[in-house]
Amino acid sequence: MNIDAIQNGIVLDHIKAGKSMEIYHFLQLDRLSCSVAIIKNVTSRKMGRKDIIKIDTNLDVDLDVLGYIDPDITVNIIRDGRCIEKKHLKLPAQVKGLLKCKNPRCITSVEQELPHIFKLTNPETRVYRCIYCEAKAE
Amino acid sequence: MRNLIDIRDLSTEEIQQLIDKANDIIAHPEAYREKCRYKKLATLFFEPSTRTRLSFEAAMYELGGQVIGFSEASSSSAAKGESVADTVRTVSCYADIIAMRHPKEGAPLVASMAATVPIINAGDGGHNHPTQTLTDLLTITREKGRLDNLTVGFCGDLKFGRTVHSLIAALSRYENVRFALISPQELKLPSYIKKEILQAKNLRYVQTTDLESVMPELDILYMTRVQRERFFNEEDYLRLKDSYILTPEKLETAKRDMAILHPLPRVNEISVAVDSDPRAVYFKQVLYGKFIRMALILKLLEVE
Repeated sequence: MNIDAIQNGIVLDHIKAGKSMEIYHFLQLDRLSCSVAIIKNVTSRKMGRKDIIKIDTNLDVDLDVLGYIDPDITVNIIRDGRCIEKKHLKLPAQVKGLLKCKNPRCITSVEQELPHIFKLTNPETRVYRCIYCEAKAE
Repeated sequence: MRNLIDIRDLSTEEIQQLIDKANDIIAHPEAYREKCRYKKLATLFFEPSTRTRLSFEAAMYELGGQVIGFSEASSSSAAKGESVADTVRTVSCYADIIAMRHPKEGAPLVASMAATVPIINAGDGGHNHPTQTLTDLLTITREKGRLDNLTVGFCGDLKFGRTVHSLIAALSRYENVRFALISPQELKLPSYIKKEILQAKNLRYVQTTDLESVMPELDILYMTRVQRERFFNEEDYLRLKDSYILTPEKLETAKRDMAILHPLPRVNEISVAVDSDPRAVYFKQVLYGKFIRMALILKLLEVE
């Protein structure tokens, strides 16, 4: 199967197989008017199987969101058909607006305008907790 | 500007400084009578708590300061739908320091982000109550002379009991502290606290449903109330509220110098017959609570 190389844009590589649609929705790629290719179950030496997303525009991707979803993703920045930068992600120390605290006792349950902020409390188990009530992110 | 939202905001050295200051206040109360003259404390109590509010107010008055505030949400602008942030922004214009209790977890943190004066968390739902923990640490220091080399039993509601969670976290900083966790199955200490504090720090603990089996080992017995307001379900509350009741008979095997603490108010978990036992220090604990709050107000207002 052939998919054209992109000239200027972003390639999200090393996505865990099956996760590409989730990322597509999280990054709201459906709102873009440019070409977006989702390639699923590609053979990978490192991962066995992986997904890839190619975006044919210079999009400013929220790396924290991406790092939270899957810190193993590589972000390749493409200019004039060449990869000019490879960004390796890490788990963000804090995520804002991505997760909702579901604790009914949390102050965010009654004050609608408060931003929902979660901080990384255990990098090994990838546990995030609400900064207000410390409830674990689900 | 410093706040006290969570006991973890304080280093072990700072906790010791507060205990030392409280001891000095107890020894020389006259030296502190004018320390906060012309300063105002606002007590913003969005849920009622007579004990804690009066403790803060008494602490400020004994430092020569003044107190303003409200004791329930219905008599505040919160009843009109005002946000916590807006309330404390307003009160920051009137007071030099704010002690705040709120039924929702994290409300004092929200307040500290908006306020221009120090915020003290006086309890946020089932989450944190750092001045109770400071009170407990001062009580243990005064009764036992140390915070290390202790076997501490926690009895009752260890699931929702925020004072228990905070005190375990605070005591885990000291050398050779062992824990006995005594509760019915339904009210056991949450597993994340066991994992993140007890197991992570390799601390020795036993978990049991039988108070009498561990009684002879204890240096401290920390009793707690099964709190109606922490349950969504009245049936569960009624079924569990009388799980452990401390009586003089149960204390027969306890050490002669064991100290019995309770954050109060008690319902019936400690028989009144225990009150005259010299090991019962829960009313002294109330008094110590006022002194440690005085020490804290001085620290946060940066009054020497």
